[in-house]
Amino acid sequence: MGVRIDVSHLTMTYGALVAVDDVSFAVEPGEFFGLLGPNGAGKTTALEAIEGLRRPAGGTVRLDGHDPWRRDPSLQRRIGVQLQASSFFERLTTREQLRTFGALYGVPPARADRLLGTVGLEDKADERTEKLSGGQRQRLSIACALVHDPEVVFLDEPTAALDPQARRNLWDLLRGLTADGRTVVLTTHYMDEAEALCDRVAIVDEGRLLTLDTPAGLVRGLDAPVRITLAPGALAMDQVPGIGGVASAEEDDGGLVLTTREPAAVLGRLAARGALTGLSVRGATLEDVFLHLTGREYRS
Amino acid sequence: MTALRALTAAMAKAFVRDRMTIFWSVVFPLMFLALFGGLFSDRSSPRLDVVAVGSVAVLDQLPADARAQLDQSISVTTSDDLGGSLARVRSGAVAAVVTQDGGTVDVHYSRADQVRAAQLLATFSGLVDATNLAASGAPPAVSLHTAQVEDTSLRTIQFVTPGLLGWAVAMSATFGSAVNLVAWRTNGLLRRMRLAPVSTSSVVLARVGVSLAVAFGQVVIFLAVAVAFFGLKLTGWWPMVFPLTLVGTLAFLSIGLLAGSVAKTEEAAVGLANVIVLPMAFLSGSFFSLAGAPGWLQAVSRVLPLRYLNEAMLDTMVRGKGPSSVLVPVLVLLAFTAVLTAASARLFRWEP
Ligand SMILES: Nc1ncnc2c1ncn2[C@@H]1O[C@H](COP(=O)(O)OP(=O)(O)OP(=O)(O)O)[C@@H](O)[C@H]1O
Ligand SMILES: [Mg+2]
Repeated sequence: MGVRIDVSHLTMTYGALVAVDDVSFAVEPGEFFGLLGPNGAGKTTALEAIEGLRRPAGGTVRLDGHDPWRRDPSLQRRIGVQLQASSFFERLTTREQLRTFGALYGVPPARADRLLGTVGLEDKADERTEKLSGGQRQRLSIACALVHDPEVVFLDEPTAALDPQARRNLWDLLRGLTADGRTVVLTTHYMDEAEALCDRVAIVDEGRLLTLDTPAGLVRGLDAPVRITLAPGALAMDQVPGIGGVASAEEDDGGLVLTTREPAAVLGRLAARGALTGLSVRGATLEDVFLHLTGREYRS
Repeated sequence: MTALRALTAAMAKAFVRDRMTIFWSVVFPLMFLALFGGLFSDRSSPRLDVVAVGSVAVLDQLPADARAQLDQSISVTTSDDLGGSLARVRSGAVAAVVTQDGGTVDVHYSRADQVRAAQLLATFSGLVDATNLAASGAPPAVSLHTAQVEDTSLRTIQFVTPGLLGWAVAMSATFGSAVNLVAWRTNGLLRRMRLAPVSTSSVVLARVGVSLAVAFGQVVIFLAVAVAFFGLKLTGWWPMVFPLTLVGTLAFLSIGLLAGSVAKTEEAAVGLANVIVLPMAFLSGSFFSLAGAPGWLQAVSRVLPLRYLNEAMLDTMVRGKGPSSVLVPVLVLLAFTAVLTAASARLFRWEP
């Protein structure tokens, strides 16, 4: 159970464009791995090379030692894939889609039908796929990726169109997969999602791997100050120097924002003055790491 | 095996649930059958209206049985108004005015309709000859007996059915594979399937199976309608239509495969398939016989697969030729399939 992924000096090109540039990493069996990066960073391209859908221009990809580009049925049976753009058979119902995808992998219809419930689509079982909403199609696409109980699952922005309920349910489903020892690789633009799910994340931009670590490790590494926000009037600006340990202070309509590297001490002194009205404390998040590494400019 | 079955089921459902495709592959050809077989059938020439002005002895003194025979080709009314009747000839309301002055029969006709004119002149010269012969009292030295070379029951429907059927089979096989291929490529299903442990041959076999089922359905419906409503008479060798449909479907699936490999959108695939099949149907005698076509056209039609399919269908279903007559057409169609499939395999793309 679980598949080991070795990516070594992977390079992918579209004509003159280098979409993935000399990327190397490894994913252990049973690991939950996240691939983060701005639009056009090369996540989908890299993922498709690992799945065996695109041929590397340079470098190698190995799944448990096998080259995925050679279409080996015994390896393909162990891989589940949800592509960024979902695609289905024309004019089939939700149930029929799942059964058909299942049959491609030799899965009996009963098992396919069970997955309908797993992704909450029983109500839409007999509806043509063309009539499903965007999020429902996305859920069906994920179900199709999982229908044959794969040992490694590749999900390209699985939660992109999902409502909060569906997103949380999917999180539970995916956590269950790695708990069973399966390997999961996903891309996402939601940093909270990556923090909640991933054992390790890789951040890529313009085809290059910028960093790779656990989410907590990345946040720690950023060494960013903690932001403390107080309600307007809770503390006057001229009282701030008296607190001590505050790196910066800024006042606006939303209240007073203090940043500090000694949050425990500062909070204690604020409490002593009874100045905790409207308190909110926010440490650095993965999002801060992401923006710090990739900047704020729009990507093409 | 389960993959092949599942793919076949998926393609079959996609076909059955698409009203437009069913219309184009089943109803539309039947409309052509009704048009050609029903409206244009039995072109036994209509009777000609002839006005007899005054007494016309050659008509009036005809024996009853001869008169009855004559009435099959002309319908005689009488009038006293020569001028008015001539005007009606000029306007085309009647075919001719006949008068008789002693031994001279005058037929006034218009050459506006040459077929009508020829038929009219032949009728009256025959009538005059017969009257002369009867007056001489001598037995006829030579008598003419005419017989059509075809079965006497042979009518338009016999000729149009095989050609229209060939066209219908060609059309749905070509569109089936072209549109299927482009649709799966553009919606990404092709690349998704590439990740599944499914062999290309399973996908191809599923398409062939579904297209064959559709084609056999077309054949059965088409022949049943032609026999039941338009009086088609099939010869004993008609079941040869099934092996012919098999190889014909393979040939046109490969044409569709090539069109689908070249076309980038579904619309382009439909257009390309039309551009290939429609002119081919005209040039292969699907809509009218090539018997009277010029030599160069005959030569062109010899390189078209549909020509071979149409002719083999006509030979076995209507002309009653046996299996040996289909050997060459079957080999030609199979060779066509092999060449085009090889060509599309080179042009095949997984990615949109
Ligand atoms: N089929 C293609 N042909 C040419 N260029 C492509 C193709 N697919 C992607 N690209 C280019 O390669 C680069 C990487 O694209 P990719 O789809 O891998 O990005 P991504 O990280 O998945 O982005 P997103 O977050 O928007 O999904 C982009 O600059 C894109 O324009
Ligand atoms: Mg992407």
